[in-house]
Amino acid sequence: MCRVAVDNVLQLNPNGLYCAAGDFYVDPWNPADRAVITHAHVDHLCAGSKSYLCARPCEVLLRARVGVEGSIESLAYGEARHINGVSVSLHPAGHILGSAQVRIEYQGQVWVVSGDYKLAPDPTCIGFEPVHCHIFVTESTFGLPIFRWPEPGEALAEINGWWRGNQQAGKASVLFAYPLGKAQRVLAGIDNTIGPIYTHGAVEQYNVIYRASGIALPATRYARSVPPKTDWTRALILAPPMGKTSPWLRRFGDFSAGMASGWMRIRGTRRRRSMDRGFVLSDHADWPALLSTTRNSGAERVWVTHGYRAPLARWLSENGLEADAIETRFQGEQDADVAGEAEA
Amino acid sequence: MKAFADLYAALDETTKTNEKIAAMSRYFGSAPAEDVAWAVHFLIGRRPKRLIPTRDLVSWAVEEAEIPEWLFGECYQAVGDLAETIALLLPPASATTDQPLRYWAEERLLPMREWDDAARRESMVEAWRAMSDRQRFAWNKLITGEFRVGVSQNLVVRALAEASGVEANVLAHRLMGDWQPTPDFATRMLAKETGDADVSRPYPFCLAYPLEGEVESLGDVQDWQIEWKWDGIRSQLIRRQWRTFLWSRGEEVITDRFPELAAAGGLLPEGTVLDGEVLPWKDGAPLPFTQMQRRIGRKELGGKILAEVPVVLVAFDLLEHNREDVRERPLEWRRAELERIVAAAGPESHLVASPLVAGVSWDELKSTREQARSRGVEGFMLKRRGSPYRVGRRVGDWWKWKINPYSVDAVLIYAQPGSGRRASLFTDYTFGVWDQGELVPFAKAYSGLTDDEIRQVDAFVRNNTIEKFGPVRRVKPELVFELAFEAIQRSSRHRSGIAVRFPRMARWRTDKKAADADSIETIRALLPPGP
Repeated sequence: MCRVAVDNVLQLNPNGLYCAAGDFYVDPWNPADRAVITHAHVDHLCAGSKSYLCARPCEVLLRARVGVEGSIESLAYGEARHINGVSVSLHPAGHILGSAQVRIEYQGQVWVVSGDYKLAPDPTCIGFEPVHCHIFVTESTFGLPIFRWPEPGEALAEINGWWRGNQQAGKASVLFAYPLGKAQRVLAGIDNTIGPIYTHGAVEQYNVIYRASGIALPATRYARSVPPKTDWTRALILAPPMGKTSPWLRRFGDFSAGMASGWMRIRGTRRRRSMDRGFVLSDHADWPALLSTTRNSGAERVWVTHGYRAPLARWLSENGLEADAIETRFQGEQDADVAGEAEA
Repeated sequence: MKAFADLYAALDETTKTNEKIAAMSRYFGSAPAEDVAWAVHFLIGRRPKRLIPTRDLVSWAVEEAEIPEWLFGECYQAVGDLAETIALLLPPASATTDQPLRYWAEERLLPMREWDDAARRESMVEAWRAMSDRQRFAWNKLITGEFRVGVSQNLVVRALAEASGVEANVLAHRLMGDWQPTPDFATRMLAKETGDADVSRPYPFCLAYPLEGEVESLGDVQDWQIEWKWDGIRSQLIRRQWRTFLWSRGEEVITDRFPELAAAGGLLPEGTVLDGEVLPWKDGAPLPFTQMQRRIGRKELGGKILAEVPVVLVAFDLLEHNREDVRERPLEWRRAELERIVAAAGPESHLVASPLVAGVSWDELKSTREQARSRGVEGFMLKRRGSPYRVGRRVGDWWKWKINPYSVDAVLIYAQPGSGRRASLFTDYTFGVWDQGELVPFAKAYSGLTDDEIRQVDAFVRNNTIEKFGPVRRVKPELVFELAFEAIQRSSRHRSGIAVRFPRMARWRTDKKAADADSIETIRALLPPGP
């Protein structure tokens, strides 16, 4: 393969993945002149760039994150945009509302940067669409064979059962979930006839955006707007991950703490966070999905980023692909907990 | 197996005692007797030893999962538990199993020892293919001999009592001794008719609170009986119907482990219950508790260890006298009778009446208390004169007035990941102190930090590793911690020449730099006089 041509299409520089031919970054780590954004999670999005390009359903989320300053252009999924002779198009990644894989074509060579993705169905966003390419840049948040997700319906049924059980025991149900994406996926999937649903402000702000984008979510109430002496024992409260002793939680009295995250697959993670229950529900590809997606992309070369980079790259190399682990924005080692804080 | 695996998961998911008891009680109430017997057997910790070497389990698991061994290693690093790693990385089950726990225990677990490698392997792989992740996890835990659930025997007993209506003390007694987990045993265990257990039944222990404020707040010193506070195994020695039972505070019968005291029981009058501390003891004084630890772990007690580490019961209260419950009698009366009984047993009886400490003022006692370390005790017990022997921990009549722990400022030099809920976090630390310009390892400590502090130290370790030795990291010597510990001894097994008891992190001294940490000379000065 021609090295120069490769570097010209996409290279890793101290500010992230850079396309020299088109002079733009994909998910830059620091403000850039032109940023193509895969999705609106903080570990992929840095405020302060001069202009942004994202998928259409991502625009409103991006606006909420970067403020009124940035110039944002959005594309329909599949629509191509030419930047300095480089063709860029965005394709559904199935991760959260507006998430996209970035397809970059230059002089006959096709790259796809996956961003974060999952294959499982999710009513709050358009499903993952496989895109053929020569070189595939994949995430690897859960790039170990221990990560294999049960059907999403299983986790949602467990949440329903836990909520009902807590009602019988006279306890509130506090469910920690990442406020953008995971919380809405839970809302759209649970049985909202069980009881009232309350939200933390961090969750509610995104509920508003999701609803405005036409995603059907059950009615929720912002927990802070509720009068004192409310009976919480029948309620489900959706909150961003926080310590169980956080003062915000005091109002709910006796509660059971649950968490919806792929990290809950590991018992130690759940116990370290002193969760009463862990629900394995992830917006990322599990190990089988990472392997099948990489294979189905048709790529002969793979860059692995974001997560368990080294093991996945080594596995792919041993199985006939040219694969490299590339740097991510997070310094130091892979740590389940640090990454879990960011998003899971 | 499904119900048992669900029970295991339910116990694992809660830290609340009541919920654990409820989960076990539900299981005991619905499982067949033959399964209940096995479940009790496993829950109270009578697990089999490791049946299959780890390397065999790992190699069968990686073949079944079709992954290389290095990838297993990566997975294990992320999970921190062998049984769980295997359960998680195996492919989804291709069959299901309805076999009960009894089947798995009797037909698949026990015979494992007799089988050759091929048969073991076939049995394990077949089991994995038929089990859910949850079942595999419980099964692997049994196979690896690491089945632990964080329930005490006491909790199992309470749950059995709830499910069966049989009194807890009766059940506790029935679980003693050398029983086999047969259906017949289960039936006898849960039988309503009693009588059998009463003979060994201990009284609930009276427990003391630590004295937090000034000792003067207790009023006149003459209102208090003062004893040394011994660091031993709190126990009741029971003599009834010509049989002897030694119960620990954990409500375990430990008679077999202390033959001296089993014999001492024979010197007590019929219908006697003494409360005291079991201590390693020689020449009228306690031996360091490290000596006791040499004895505790052993199954077989040889003549050598019995001669080197003899024990006594330092008795401080009398709860039953001439078959009569005397707990309501005043402290002085019980004490006088106790002294008479111990004296009658004779000097070779391995029974000692806990000596009383005289003091005319609190100030005098404060200075006497300074002798605690040299006497090998933890401080004083203060007991209100005239008080009855109460049930459980009550404020007011019994106080422990301990000496302050030792403390030393030391530098974090090595760290390694913890296990279980602390796997994949660096939580186990080695601390060094200065010795001629060098930091020498001095103590290991695992506890005392908040979860928040653990995360901060973990991040420090990750970003400041100088060298790796397997899981152990040598880190930049920057963080200083105040370590507290209870006792200090010479030791030829430690590089620093010093061993300490119960070291823990009392405080993170963010105000100190590594150079401000203590030196080995300062610590040696704390050693008791000796060679």
